[in-house]
Amino acid sequence: MDVHIKYRIGKSGVFQVVVAVLAFACVVPLMFILFYILKAGITKINWNFLTNLPKPVGETGGGIANALIGTIMLVLTASAFAIPVGILCGIYLSENRKSKLAYWSRLCIDILQGVPSIVIGIVAYFWLVKPLGAFSALSGSAALAIMMLPTIVSSTEETLKLLPDTLREAAFALGMPFHRVILKVIIPCGFSGILSGVMLAVARVSGETAPLLFTAFGNPYLSTNILKPMQSLPLLIFNYATSPYNDWHDLAWGASCILLIWVLLLNIFTKLVTRKWKVQL
Amino acid sequence: MEGTIVKSVDYNAYFGDNHVVKNVNIDIPRNNVIAVMGPSGCGKTTFLRGINRMHELIPGATSKGKILLNNEDVFDMHPIFVRLKIGMVFQRPNPFPNLSIYDNVIAGYKLNGIKLPKAEKDKIVEHSLTRVALWNEVKDSLTKKGSFLSGGQQQRLCIARAVAMEPEVLLFDEPTSALDPISTSTVEELFHELKKNYTLIIVTHNMQQAARVSDKTAFFYMGELVEYDETKQMFTNPTDIRTQNYITGRFS
Repeated sequence: MDVHIKYRIGKSGVFQVVVAVLAFACVVPLMFILFYILKAGITKINWNFLTNLPKPVGETGGGIANALIGTIMLVLTASAFAIPVGILCGIYLSENRKSKLAYWSRLCIDILQGVPSIVIGIVAYFWLVKPLGAFSALSGSAALAIMMLPTIVSSTEETLKLLPDTLREAAFALGMPFHRVILKVIIPCGFSGILSGVMLAVARVSGETAPLLFTAFGNPYLSTNILKPMQSLPLLIFNYATSPYNDWHDLAWGASCILLIWVLLLNIFTKLVTRKWKVQL
Repeated sequence: MEGTIVKSVDYNAYFGDNHVVKNVNIDIPRNNVIAVMGPSGCGKTTFLRGINRMHELIPGATSKGKILLNNEDVFDMHPIFVRLKIGMVFQRPNPFPNLSIYDNVIAGYKLNGIKLPKAEKDKIVEHSLTRVALWNEVKDSLTKKGSFLSGGQQQRLCIARAVAMEPEVLLFDEPTSALDPISTSTVEELFHELKKNYTLIIVTHNMQQAARVSDKTAFFYMGELVEYDETKQMFTNPTDIRTQNYITGRFS
């Protein structure tokens, strides 16, 4: 065989190996994190851990019930703001691709995506904490909601843009008014994409710490009042992991493990759901 | 009910500054099949979409003049009402992918929020699917998704969906251009059946199809209605030189 061709076959082989090795290299950090956190945290998790409040220093045991409930409430409140606004904004952007407003809001969304979370926290601090005069879960939720927006808006927009125009036309030609075209045809057909954007946004903000530092603030006790400071998993991890006490370190490991499992489950669930509800165009 | 059902009076359509349909005057008689033919970009589809006010949905699209449906200007009616009276079938089959075959047929009712008793819905579905010669093929799989059907079946499903609304006029925008020859002939046979109850306006760039299926033919060229006559007359003895050139294939 021609030497030149052999050389090229060899080069192609090397290239394939390099690509495969680098692909594997992407998996390594995640596997490492998973292994490390599961190993350190899984033994700490039991029923008491999930249902008890943290104990003062010196007492053994104690759990993270306040942080679990706090995280759930913070994320739910944030979702209540961000999901409707994000989806509607995404619909507007996909329906009015060329308008001035669409151009500017798309630009803002893109920039918002890149704004550091701590900055969003500061904004929430000045907008809500200062005027209300106290740290509150509400201000934390507002910061989280702002962080969720870009993901929801752009995934909604991208999903709906992929729907063929013929679908809209079919609906309009049947005499359907605009709002019904959107609600009954466009959203159902793009549902899986929109839902996956929402879930990814939820997964992302579940672990956000920085914007909560001076908004939700944290709370060693169980609180369900959104106008009062509230504990959350990332805050608990931050506070306890940086503390000098071993008992608190254990709590932080357990909480990390819970958070990790929660984010993993959300991601897996998203994949399953999008596959199941995907509309075959 | 003889006589004119759709009539355009000095109808002009634009995309921005681009004048795509120029001063079209045409009388369309009830229960006829009208073929609209012409080379690509001659404005035939734009004209068709003007009739049920689909043209104006495109950003930047405007129009002037009148389109009369039963002597009433469609531009004085609400577009939703116009589109209920004038159904449309598109170039590519576009059943709603999230709906079953059954729901696709009654989509016009279901998605518009019109509640019907189950018996009536069943009747409409069977009746409409029978009209488009699809009932026997799908009656056992009505709960399957519409996108599960073949291209030709999907197109007939889309016709059934339009027929289910009991419109007066049905517009077809190159309805067979995405179909294979067998499906095409099935759809063409349908036209003969459908014209008993509806008036059909069919845009086609296929001259043979125009000759096969239509009673009257309109020839568009560069946005103008060049000639409009009985199909037979048009294909055997056209009066305008441009029609003659087009039919004999001197330009396309």
